[in-house]
Amino acid sequence: MTTPRTLFAKIWDDHVVHKSDDGTCLIYIDRQLVHEVTSPQAFEGLRMSGRTVRRPEAQLAVADHNVPTKGRAQGIAEEDSRVQVQTLKDNAAESGITYFDMDDARQGIVHIIGPEQGFTQPGMTIVCGDSHTSTHGAFGALAFGIGTSEVEHVLATQTLIQKPAKSMRISVEGKLPVGVTAKDMILQIIGHIGTAGGTGYVIEYAGEAVRDLSMEGRMTMCNMSIEAGARAGLIAPDEKTFAYLKGRPMAPQGEEWDKAVAYWRTLPSDEGATYDKEIVLNAEDIAPTVTWGTSPQDVAPITDSVPDPDSFNDPGRQTAVKRSLDYMDLKPGTPLQEIPIDVVFIGSCTNGRIEDLREVAKVVEGRKVADGVEALIVPGSGLVRKQAEKEGLDKIFTQAGFEWREPGCSMCLAMNADKLQPGQRCASTSNRNFEGRQGRGGRTHLMSPAMAAAAAITGKLTDVREL
Amino acid sequence: MQPFKKISSIAAPLPMINVDTDMIIPKLFLRTIKRTGLGKNLFDEMRYDDDGKEIPDFVLNREPYRKAQILIAGANFGCGSSREHAPWALLDFGIRCVIAPSYADIFYNNCFKNGILPVFLPQDQVDALMKEAQENPESPVEVDLEQQTVKRGNKYSYRFEIDPFKKHCLMNGLDDIGLTLEKAADIAAFEKTDGQKRSWLY
Repeated sequence: MTTPRTLFAKIWDDHVVHKSDDGTCLIYIDRQLVHEVTSPQAFEGLRMSGRTVRRPEAQLAVADHNVPTKGRAQGIAEEDSRVQVQTLKDNAAESGITYFDMDDARQGIVHIIGPEQGFTQPGMTIVCGDSHTSTHGAFGALAFGIGTSEVEHVLATQTLIQKPAKSMRISVEGKLPVGVTAKDMILQIIGHIGTAGGTGYVIEYAGEAVRDLSMEGRMTMCNMSIEAGARAGLIAPDEKTFAYLKGRPMAPQGEEWDKAVAYWRTLPSDEGATYDKEIVLNAEDIAPTVTWGTSPQDVAPITDSVPDPDSFNDPGRQTAVKRSLDYMDLKPGTPLQEIPIDVVFIGSCTNGRIEDLREVAKVVEGRKVADGVEALIVPGSGLVRKQAEKEGLDKIFTQAGFEWREPGCSMCLAMNADKLQPGQRCASTSNRNFEGRQGRGGRTHLMSPAMAAAAAITGKLTDVREL
Repeated sequence: MQPFKKISSIAAPLPMINVDTDMIIPKLFLRTIKRTGLGKNLFDEMRYDDDGKEIPDFVLNREPYRKAQILIAGANFGCGSSREHAPWALLDFGIRCVIAPSYADIFYNNCFKNGILPVFLPQDQVDALMKEAQENPESPVEVDLEQQTVKRGNKYSYRFEIDPFKKHCLMNGLDDIGLTLEKAADIAAFEKTDGQKRSWLY
């Protein structure tokens, strides 16, 4: 009898090209997503050393970080952004890599379009020069972010030099209460294990509450694995995964589909497989959650108040929380629901998919955005945008007073024209609340799409269950 | 890549935990297609005010820390995005070594691609070096990769652990891609076998 293996171990074992005596492995990389910010220096490196792209067909390129989300027909206003996007387009053309241009309906955020096109599949190793590559783990693919030198390494060799990560399983048992989503679950997990709690690990999410999630919800969870410090997140592929992928443009077809599904069914962790660390949480304990500080681990249920720095034991954490509250301009003891907001951002690779937009529409239909609040909805891809328009969601949004934008990373990281002004406070469905993340001096509260929608309506952080 | 063997330098103390890559190099400066020139924007939002003037209190704006090649920081240094612009900015400023109790994985890995040595030391040893760097800024810290030691005068001598393969590459300034291409036959053989097992991917 063979030793029971985890999903992670099975994917790893199937990708080892070479193993050195010290345990260092050369791992085969099945697919790479390429975007404009972290790739120009990689292509330049190839040229300077006279190397070429080994498998152009295993790469997919798209511009997302820098693209404007309105008035796109006029092109990109900022010269350096324009050069970066043009450089990607030129590099893709020169190397024979598929590239979705800004006017292509398939353009969008890398981590949205990979799954959407069926480029992302179970059992694969997938990399991208972007930490939120962990998103693709929702399909049972080992997917992680890398730096530009490694982007170049993959372009040239289709491999990476790695040592296996440790394994962690986080099981969320039971059913999520009404009004509680995948975003609340992952924020609570990050709060529980801390922003470095997953360092050195690949986290497999399991349990009834995770299995019950849609593919979109699973992507939201895996997306923020990096905010817990983990290299990657994983969820076992199942019938939902296969149903999502079937018929997508880059998914296998016909006999190859059947062969692929047969292989994918062998991937889930075996009964009795062991993990280096196990955590079990109860879904019923999770409430709609928001962040109050400048680290993704600074979370609290919406019914709570801003914490007192002195309530933390660790001196380093106390100092960090003091600095956070100062930056966020918040006083300990203030009920979270009394915090007013200026801006609402709905979108990003965390929550820019069609299901997220449907959740928002449910909350805002027939209501109005509060006076003085600037609210924007940025679909994750051109196809998400089309689908939303087909369902009439755009009308619901614009009638409520939201701006309906074109796809891109937008205000998640403010590399483009969408950014907070100093001192502005934002209810955001994105993934990072670092100082200055959404614009210098901007203040971010992370939450689910439904919670951000509720905040748009009332003008302050709000418990969506009570709206 | 410049090899890293041994350096002796002033060490700059940055007593903060969770220093993220957005702090190290804010996104505005990611709109470049080059690896160089990012040093002037290292820690930009902490280093300059809204008018672009230096904030005198910030450690890298103070003498003698402006010349530091070593940075001492709190736990989970380099968390956040995968941007290699973070080590590029550190290197361009002149930092060749970071000393901290822990690092985020991707940042840690990125350092080695750029001739920067990230040293792990236990919290109490980092605390001791941090205090010394604050109180006696002029006395240098010596980091020796071959010996795997961090020394400060005769008072402190600590040993650190490092992956032997990473150490070898850093000491010799080796190009990973060149090393991997020596295994081109293994890669081709893998593709041939795997192409039969998982034919839909080829």
